[in-house]
Amino acid sequence: MTGAPGQRFYGPRGWAILALCSIAIFVVMPLLNLAVPADSPFHVSAYWVTLFGKIMCYAIVAVALDLVWGYAGILSLGHGLFFALGGYAFGMYLMRQIGSDGQYRQPMPDFMVFLDWKEFPWQWWNSDSFLWCAMLVVVVPGLLAFVFGYFAFRSRVKGVYLSIITQALTFAAMLLFFRNATGFGGNNGFTDFRRILDIPIATPQTRMALFAITGAALIGTLLLARWLTTSRFGRVLAAIRDAEQRVMFCGYDTVHYKLFVWTLSAVICGIAGALYVPQVGIINPGEMSPANSIEIAIWVAVGGRGTLIGPILGAGLVNGAKSFFTQAFPEYWLYALGLIFILVTLFLPHGVMGLMKKKQ
Amino acid sequence: MTGNATTANESGGFSRVASGDLDTTHGVVLYLEDISVSFDGFKALDKLSLSIDIGELRCVIGPNGAGKTTMMDVITGKTRPDGGSVFFGQTIDLTRMSEAEISTAGVGRKFQKPTIFEHHSVFENLELSMKADKKVRSTLFSRLSNEQRDRIADTLGLIRLRENSGQIAGLLSHGQKQWLEIGMLLMQEPRLLLLDEPVAGMSDEETERTGELFVSLAGKHSLVVVEHDMAFIEKIARKITVLHEGSVLAEGSMSQVQNDPKVIEVYLGR
Repeated sequence: MTGAPGQRFYGPRGWAILALCSIAIFVVMPLLNLAVPADSPFHVSAYWVTLFGKIMCYAIVAVALDLVWGYAGILSLGHGLFFALGGYAFGMYLMRQIGSDGQYRQPMPDFMVFLDWKEFPWQWWNSDSFLWCAMLVVVVPGLLAFVFGYFAFRSRVKGVYLSIITQALTFAAMLLFFRNATGFGGNNGFTDFRRILDIPIATPQTRMALFAITGAALIGTLLLARWLTTSRFGRVLAAIRDAEQRVMFCGYDTVHYKLFVWTLSAVICGIAGALYVPQVGIINPGEMSPANSIEIAIWVAVGGRGTLIGPILGAGLVNGAKSFFTQAFPEYWLYALGLIFILVTLFLPHGVMGLMKKKQ
Repeated sequence: MTGNATTANESGGFSRVASGDLDTTHGVVLYLEDISVSFDGFKALDKLSLSIDIGELRCVIGPNGAGKTTMMDVITGKTRPDGGSVFFGQTIDLTRMSEAEISTAGVGRKFQKPTIFEHHSVFENLELSMKADKKVRSTLFSRLSNEQRDRIADTLGLIRLRENSGQIAGLLSHGQKQWLEIGMLLMQEPRLLLLDEPVAGMSDEETERTGELFVSLAGKHSLVVVEHDMAFIEKIARKITVLHEGSVLAEGSMSQVQNDPKVIEVYLGR
């Protein structure tokens, strides 16, 4: 039927590309890293596995931001907060897994020994349980986003005002986490992880397992987001972005729609943060800095808003460039980032995806 | 149409039920009483009282700033009145409901500037405005039934956009956008349609067809049309209400209104 609603989930070409990416993540990378000997030119070193794993975490966040920004028109400049909260929640578990192997050979995390704390503060209750912390990874960012979103959307805060409030929120959280008394290691945060589920964390096998899980999470996030945005729900979201008042006069309670996608997006960011911390080996309040959250928006803008694939490309391109620049010309990276953003805004309003569509 | 009109709301005096049945036992679909709205001291509506009968096609005219659009804002929940009451049927108090609840209760509104979903196809515009369960969970899993597809196809025919079904709505001409918005209203199956300047920017032929459409809708729906185009009003109007400075100046047939000295004074100036 002509004009039937929505796009297809993915065409044959889309599924083929997705299958190729899956093979690259689940077969090629493990083979090149684990099976190919280290002196072979085809060997992929731990450095690259960690870098790609890290970028995939960022890509998950970019897809999550695209859901709220590209589809519902809500520009969050505080998504780094949800990412960091997921990271901290899982980081607590990783800190407990260190056991008595820390610098001070004490059963408590080093920073608590250093501060002369005798028992765990309340936030650390049950933090030696993997399942409990895994639950916190989802619940803490989700609950914060739900409460924040409920008040913001019900009061019809939108546009640049909402963006500024999200910036303030992540900044306030950063200041909170910088305090030692907050109980999360102050400005040093968590680091020096040894084990995960009692398995040593620094072995190539563990690293590759984390990499593969992150890849699965990225693909899962992409498929979930694609399903959402091709459903009638997704069409309502895009309609809210374009003409919210009309949507209300069509009988939709737009607060519920925004709240749902906003909370879901925060939960996805939390999961990405939890995958990020064991791979990178550190989490500190710097992850909550306003600049970090703005950078997430830049990945989405560079890749192309409202395309889901674009933000993944954007996260890869910008972070690839970042890795290169911070090694080759460390002092120029921020200039380069600013330049990329200006050029994309001026010449590629639809990002890299817009460029590719034009070429076709 | 469903047979809501005959099933009276028997839940008693309380009306805060968005889906409550419309009770039109007294033949009145909308009743405004002593509505006042002021913005920073300016009285946009000043004790406005107005009632619309079931199945009626009412035209509302008045000079700029007479309060026509503010009246629609109050009925649809966009603006809360400072005082007065708005009843939809006998029992539904619209001043206590949200925009979405009012729409679900059966009030559809067309804006002055065509407001459609510019990045959606024409078909999708109609799909989204269709009368259906509009909760988050149901839109996640819902699929169009054949019956719903037929309804969309019927409406596409009625608004003469069948050829444009798959087209992005933003690419339609101005007149077509107006028609699409009217089609979106009809998909909601409203009991009461509020139409703010529906023929603005339409060609003569489109205007004529719009007039015919409205006349054919009256009876099944109740319509309130706000227009500046007097030729159009003359063609479709049965009863006209003239607003001036936020309240009703005159009401009656075209000739009654045209010969009313107060109306002449307002329109021609002193």
